[in-house]
Amino acid sequence: MLDVVVLFFLLGVAARLFKSDLRLPESLYDTVSIYLLLAIGLKGGIELSRQPLAALAPQVLACMLLSFGTPFLLYPLLRALKLGGADAASLGAHYGSVSVVTFAVATAELARAGITFESHAALWVAVMEAPGLVAGVLLVRLARSAGTLGAGLPQQREPLSDLLREALFSKSILLLGGGLLIGAVAGVEGARPLEPVFMAPFKGVLALFLLELGLVAGARIGEVRRFGPALLLIGLAVPPVLAVLGGLVGRLLGLSTGGISLMATLASSASYIAAPTAMRIAVPEANFALSITAVLGITFPFNIVVGIPLYIALARHLNA
Amino acid sequence: MSLPKHPKTLLTVVTEALLERAVVRLARERGAQNWLVTEVLTAGSQDGVREGGWTAERTVKIQLICEPEVADSIAQALMTGYSANYSLAIWFDTVSVLRPERY
Repeated sequence: MLDVVVLFFLLGVAARLFKSDLRLPESLYDTVSIYLLLAIGLKGGIELSRQPLAALAPQVLACMLLSFGTPFLLYPLLRALKLGGADAASLGAHYGSVSVVTFAVATAELARAGITFESHAALWVAVMEAPGLVAGVLLVRLARSAGTLGAGLPQQREPLSDLLREALFSKSILLLGGGLLIGAVAGVEGARPLEPVFMAPFKGVLALFLLELGLVAGARIGEVRRFGPALLLIGLAVPPVLAVLGGLVGRLLGLSTGGISLMATLASSASYIAAPTAMRIAVPEANFALSITAVLGITFPFNIVVGIPLYIALARHLNA
Repeated sequence: MSLPKHPKTLLTVVTEALLERAVVRLARERGAQNWLVTEVLTAGSQDGVREGGWTAERTVKIQLICEPEVADSIAQALMTGYSANYSLAIWFDTVSVLRPERY
């Protein structure tokens, strides 16, 4: 049985496919995404306050390396699938960064299955958002200098410092990191008054957000045909491959079964908030619709409906 | 007796929301002294529809009142810098303003 929040996602997809006029106000989407990012960060930060930070350094480093390395790993593979250089770099950066909502659905699934996981896992999300984007920006610069990026130089070149600032201080990183910091500083007692707002309603708010994402993904699913079977292959095959990589990293770090599941999920997920904006500015000649269709129309639905249960099974196998 | 009004150009730029800061910065560098930004619900053209359902698909309308030469300079820079890779629509109107020194 699918987790209840996933059913809201499917409702959104169905509404879109049946051309319903359902539309959530943009301000609601903004509010809900701010809430989710803060809540996840806060929860992770509170758990962080209970343990010494130094012990987590290997995990933080491993997460950052995994995120940073993914675009470089994917670039030659995507080029071999006949994607242009700009598209390969942009798509690689999307998969290098992470999806906070996929993470939230995975934690809900783990809780439902009674599988415990490292309570500070939100820290992994916070440190995995940016490195993939930074790698994407650097990859674009390298490929452009080597002349391997493909046809046409972009008209307007944003300075590298602006691109990196955009990648490192985007809304999602700021809210996640800020929530972590606040939770870590306030601790259990300091954050207790916030529980009725940030903890108890979390799953309900997540369901609402997934309804909106279903509407957006539903529109993208219709676009898949436009890009052909290669994109379908990428959207479906890349996540499990990255999940195995993430799972192995988790196993090497000695994480619990739940922790390995989350690491695999994070590795397989692709960002659709921070990455599209960062890549749209860093490599404007890339086909924006292609990346978003892969990430939102194929990978995200795959991950939350099929992928997460698979990654949990993978984690059980790795930890057996 | 009617108010003394002064002709200026109203430059309207409709583009992707993530370009808002870049466009405003470019406009100010070329002499624009004020600007107005509104969020667009939906924008469509032969290239597709931007429904604004999520962050990266948002569209904004940026309006500036300035001298005609300043408007031309801004429009030229936007066309050169962004038209090939981003959704961009630009149009000009003539408006009459009070307090021309503010524009």
